[in-house]
Amino acid sequence: MTTKSTAAERPRAAAEPGMLVLLCLAAWAIPGAGHLWMGRRQKGLVFLLALPAMFLIGLLLHGRIFPFDLSEPLVALAAVANVCAGAPWMIGRMLDAGGGTVTAATYEYGNCFLIVTGLLNVLVIFDAFDIGMGRK
Amino acid sequence: MTSHFLLLVLFSFFVSLVFGVLLRDDPRQQIRTGAMMFGGFIGTALVLGWLMYPFPL
Repeated sequence: MTTKSTAAERPRAAAEPGMLVLLCLAAWAIPGAGHLWMGRRQKGLVFLLALPAMFLIGLLLHGRIFPFDLSEPLVALAAVANVCAGAPWMIGRMLDAGGGTVTAATYEYGNCFLIVTGLLNVLVIFDAFDIGMGRK
Repeated sequence: MTSHFLLLVLFSFFVSLVFGVLLRDDPRQQIRTGAMMFGGFIGTALVLGWLMYPFPL
């Protein structure tokens, strides 16, 4: 008789659609939260530290948190990428950070950090989803 | 902090860290993958930088 490990039971428990939505929302809101929820502590902690740190560095480099401006498609896409960062984006918006200093030498680097943080968090959300589905 | 190279190293470090941890489950494999990606980032940037050197802006 075989017994299932807790790691094998966890994905099955989260495979219900409602739980998966919650898992993805948590993973979006707090980078790494999805992995922590699914018991992947090491991965979750790395994402929890690395992604907000990247976002903070982007702000320190005078990067811009882009507004939704549909008349400029590239700005709108950058805004979507910013939003994908989750809590760091929300906190940045609440604190009125991310005004962006176009004349700063590091402006583009800052944007790069801010945008890539969001895009990496999308991959982290997909990974958490896969774990929730029991694929990993 | 306006050193282009330092910012490149910083960016490469974070992206390699996240990808290494995301793509592999075993810590050794994570370090190996992350280190390879980090080296790839830095090496590619240096090679492309030197290749572009003769071209005027």
